[in-house]
Amino acid sequence: MSGHVFHPGHEALHGITVVLDDRDGRTYVGRYHEATPRGVMLHDVAVREAGAAALDREAWLKRQLKFGVQVTHRTLLVPQEAAVGPLTRLTDLML
Amino acid sequence: MPYDERLVAPMRAELTGLGVKELRTVTEVDQVLGDPAGTQLVFVNSVCGCAAGSARPGLARALQSPVKPASVFTVFAGQDLEATARARSYFADYQPSSPSVALLKDGEVVYFLHRYQIEGRGPEAIAAELNAAFSAHCAA
Repeated sequence: MSGHVFHPGHEALHGITVVLDDRDGRTYVGRYHEATPRGVMLHDVAVREAGAAALDREAWLKRQLKFGVQVTHRTLLVPQEAAVGPLTRLTDLML
Repeated sequence: MPYDERLVAPMRAELTGLGVKELRTVTEVDQVLGDPAGTQLVFVNSVCGCAAGSARPGLARALQSPVKPASVFTVFAGQDLEATARARSYFADYQPSSPSVALLKDGEVVYFLHRYQIEGRGPEAIAAELNAAFSAHCAA
């Protein structure tokens, strides 16, 4: 990130499409809205379920990068206790 | 539900003022994208203030280059619903997002700029990205 705030008055990542993993092996790609004590709220979200996915995580992310975010949820809350690791901007992925 | 036309008219004019042809009906879309020849750019416009607010001037800057698509069109997502859906059918492998940009060459998508690639970037960066695509695909 360059320090540029996309949506002035909000967090730096507000309105930016990010990647987030959870403890159950799910990977989420969605537009960051906010983080609260309840969790991370995303909009227009694609979800990869570890056990059910046809593609491994890297291949799935590459597909999101090339063809766009395959939205399955308009809004989704990733519970705080389930989230793992930092929020990564989708365009910052090194695959 | 579409926004009040008075709100979006300036967003349309920002592009049509550049000479970008707006496609507002399915027939208009099919007339140009159904007869592909050479390079065609489709800008999917949006009311999103931040992303489209950078993408439109980004396109304007990019089109100042002598190397650019032969034809440049726009549809307005959320406003001209049927025309937008029809335009997207010409690049159906790509997930719908707006704003976004498709560059086609002889009817094949050769480059796509998704909304996620626009978010948080200024017009200069978007123009540079588009100009790189123009150089790769639109040079004589």
